[in-house]
Amino acid sequence: MALEARFRPGDRVRVMNAYPLGHVRTPCYIRGHTGVVERLCGSFANPEELAQMRSGLPARPLYRVRFLQAEVWHDYRGRPDDAVEIEIFQHWLEKA
Amino acid sequence: MSELGNYRPLTYFQLMEISLRELLVEKGVVSEPQIEATVEDMRSRGPERGARVVARAWTDPGYKRRLLADGTAACEELGLDVPALRLIVMENTPEVHNVIVCTLCSCYPRMLLGLPPDWYKSRNYRSRVVREPRAVLAEFGTAIPDHVAIRVHDSTADMRYMVLPMRPAGTEGWNEERLAALVTRDSMIGVALPKAP
Amino acid sequence: MGGLPAGPVEPSEHEYAEWERRVDALMVLLSGIKGPQKLLTVDELRKNIEALGPEAYDRMSYYERWVTSITQTMLQRGVITTEELARKMREVEERGA
Repeated sequence: MALEARFRPGDRVRVMNAYPLGHVRTPCYIRGHTGVVERLCGSFANPEELAQMRSGLPARPLYRVRFLQAEVWHDYRGRPDDAVEIEIFQHWLEKA
Repeated sequence: MSELGNYRPLTYFQLMEISLRELLVEKGVVSEPQIEATVEDMRSRGPERGARVVARAWTDPGYKRRLLADGTAACEELGLDVPALRLIVMENTPEVHNVIVCTLCSCYPRMLLGLPPDWYKSRNYRSRVVREPRAVLAEFGTAIPDHVAIRVHDSTADMRYMVLPMRPAGTEGWNEERLAALVTRDSMIGVALPKAP
Repeated sequence: MGGLPAGPVEPSEHEYAEWERRVDALMVLLSGIKGPQKLLTVDELRKNIEALGPEAYDRMSYYERWVTSITQTMLQRGVITTEELARKMREVEERGA
């Protein structure tokens, strides 16, 4: 039984600004940044737990989130609508 | 399994590979024929499989819609076996150019396209393409016009990505086989465009 | 490592050596992508590569990191022991593969 999806496409979400030990698939460069949910990919086992030889269950929602590059990098050279899109697990996201 | 050619002493890591493999075979975890079959299976997967998918999408609008909705099912529709692959296909348009990376390791749609090139796995590509995609693409000789937005897709979790490049001009009436020959691996990663006709 | 300063991308590719392809095959078979076994997850493999630390990481090639990680994971999982590995490595070295 998977956890309930808290976000929908179009929701503004902020990535938790935490730096825990262990295996984490939320890249450092995006932590603390705000983006828009592009889609719900489905629910998957938690890789942080799988890495520690545990089941990673219950499966939890995984979202693709779109961030504007100009907001992520202070020195970004490109268009204001250039984006980076990243898969992020629900437990790393808060409503923005 | 000895290597043909000139004798070279084993490196520590080659020694580890042989030792690990032999232990696992002795314990019945894997067998030598299974390992050989898996090696040959991976060798048989290459970019030409992705090129078939692209060529079909260029010629069949219904297939293209299905491909963008469910990349894995669309590959299987063409008889391409893609075990464990959850594929999302990103379409290049006159307004948007897509490029794929895995900044955390080297995730790649290997069951469709085969093993990735060294540069895709390199520190330099993974560090820079997410931050300065236009500069990295320029190093590949690919110039993205100023009016086109770039989207970088970082494969951080369970999905894998492939770019559907735009069909080159001047290919009207071409059959799928001719079109597929224009589709390069690098155009499906997004660091290049397909070949010109 | 996304966003960290780095040098130009060298469009290098090498023809994979057979030992590298065998490491890749072991990863596929042990993680259950193919075959009946599921003795480890790619997540454990990734964690063990991250645990190498930046200096070892940069010194080692891609498949050197993978064979190290697979071996480490097999030790952690108890599929092989360090003693078994030590004896086997001596045996292989002495016979010259």
